[in-house]
Amino acid sequence: MLDQLISDPTAQFVAFSTLKILVVFGVLMTFVAYAVLVERKVSAFIQDRVGPNRAVPPLVLKIPVLGKLLQSMGIFQPMADGVKFFLKEDFTPSYVRKVYFWIAPAITVIPALMTIAVIPFGSKLGGQPMVIADLNVGILYTFGIVSLGVYGIVLAGWSSNSKYPFLGGIRSSAQMISYELAMGMSVVSLFLVTGDLNLSHIVEFQANHGWLILYQPVAFVIFLVSAFAETNRLPFDLPESESELVGGYHTEYSSMKFALFFMGEYANMIASAAMMVTLFFGGWSLPFFSEPAGTLLGGLFHIGIFLAKMIALVIVFIWVRWMLPRFRYDQLMDLGWRRFIPLALANIVVTALVLAALNH
Amino acid sequence: MPAFTDLLFLAFAGLTLLFGFLCVANPLSRNPVTSAMFLVLTIVSLAGLYVLLHAFFLAAVQILVYAGAVMVLFLFVIMLLDLGEEDRRKLNRVALISGTAAVLGLAGVLVRALWSAKGAAATGATLVEGNTAPLGRILFQSYVLPFEILSILLLVALVGVILLSKKELK
Repeated sequence: MLDQLISDPTAQFVAFSTLKILVVFGVLMTFVAYAVLVERKVSAFIQDRVGPNRAVPPLVLKIPVLGKLLQSMGIFQPMADGVKFFLKEDFTPSYVRKVYFWIAPAITVIPALMTIAVIPFGSKLGGQPMVIADLNVGILYTFGIVSLGVYGIVLAGWSSNSKYPFLGGIRSSAQMISYELAMGMSVVSLFLVTGDLNLSHIVEFQANHGWLILYQPVAFVIFLVSAFAETNRLPFDLPESESELVGGYHTEYSSMKFALFFMGEYANMIASAAMMVTLFFGGWSLPFFSEPAGTLLGGLFHIGIFLAKMIALVIVFIWVRWMLPRFRYDQLMDLGWRRFIPLALANIVVTALVLAALNH
Repeated sequence: MPAFTDLLFLAFAGLTLLFGFLCVANPLSRNPVTSAMFLVLTIVSLAGLYVLLHAFFLAAVQILVYAGAVMVLFLFVIMLLDLGEEDRRKLNRVALISGTAAVLGLAGVLVRALWSAKGAAATGATLVEGNTAPLGRILFQSYVLPFEILSILLLVALVGVILLSKKELK
């Protein structure tokens, strides 16, 4: 019975998929927690401060040298933050629309987590392709899921039933829809070059022909800036700009519900970094190390390369936040509609013309 | 495993009908936002049905365009106009008769189409969906004229909106 189950390809597929989902979820959540720490440390560095260096569980300081070092790096800060969020009072104001107020944080987090499913984070590990769902329409799936992310913020703003969150929600929906267009158009030129929507095939193309950022630098710039707008990060964090809107769409939230919005933002940031690595920086491949791995060690090494590239891009996200001032709302819309969309369209036409000329 | 996909079909079909019903005739809430959210869920379950038909492209575009863009704008408008609870209206006799006639007519057409296709099962063996390349080829070779006419239709709507939203015309 058990032997049959093990040799059955469907059962194998289900087992491996479940395993991959659990591992990717665990790794992603760890990354989210530590991205917050990196954010705090980088901002501290930029502002000439020290950053979190106090939190430490009992007994760790007994370890010579290492204990002190871990404490000053703030390694335990995310755990303290997590405990704090769970223990705080979960307050629901009396004037909110209860059902939507409760589900909005969940609607924000779920799409952020689901986008990871189609990203090939490694070549092969023990014969298994390192991607949860190898879809033919990969990138379209991602755009579809990302476009659902706006509901969480809009519903949070509306259900809070007060002015500032509502303005934040309205701003975010306009902003996210506008930049989705620019983002979607910027990747069209990539597919003209590769001739495929499947993300695994795009990574293979880059392993054989060089990274796509070399072919499409304009598309990369548009994609990067749009990603900032889509994740509501500075310089485009108008939905939550604290100097105008108190806290924007999450003003009325507290405790773990607030933390879910926070996690959603960081998960989105990590997902878009992973997407950029896949689309523009060759995924798991290096220019001199591009064969799909045959051994277990090689497979792990490829995953390591992918994660390293992704972390580098997340640090770019964080660095920009502490370097640039916030845009004004009309400037943001102007940039999206009157600069990036025409630029992306021109990029598509030029790419198509060059490709047609090369093929003749 | 055919049984498993059958179960999925039943689940998605049932959910589509349920959400569709809750969208137009929700007994618990008359709030327009709730109706809009149930319409989103209807669209998402329909996308699930497309996936079961191996029409991945259609499923993705359905979610991307309808759930992700059109419905967000619906919500946007509902929220900005701050529409309250809808009143429970008495049934309008004209609307009732014309609505019933429309539903019966559509049902008749569908049943006829299904009936005529019954004998010729599995004629459409060419499964072009799933991969986007054949779909694009069909769209831009066999159906290029209807496709372009549709784009012009959208362009006309776009120009119309700009014209209407301009406060003063010179």
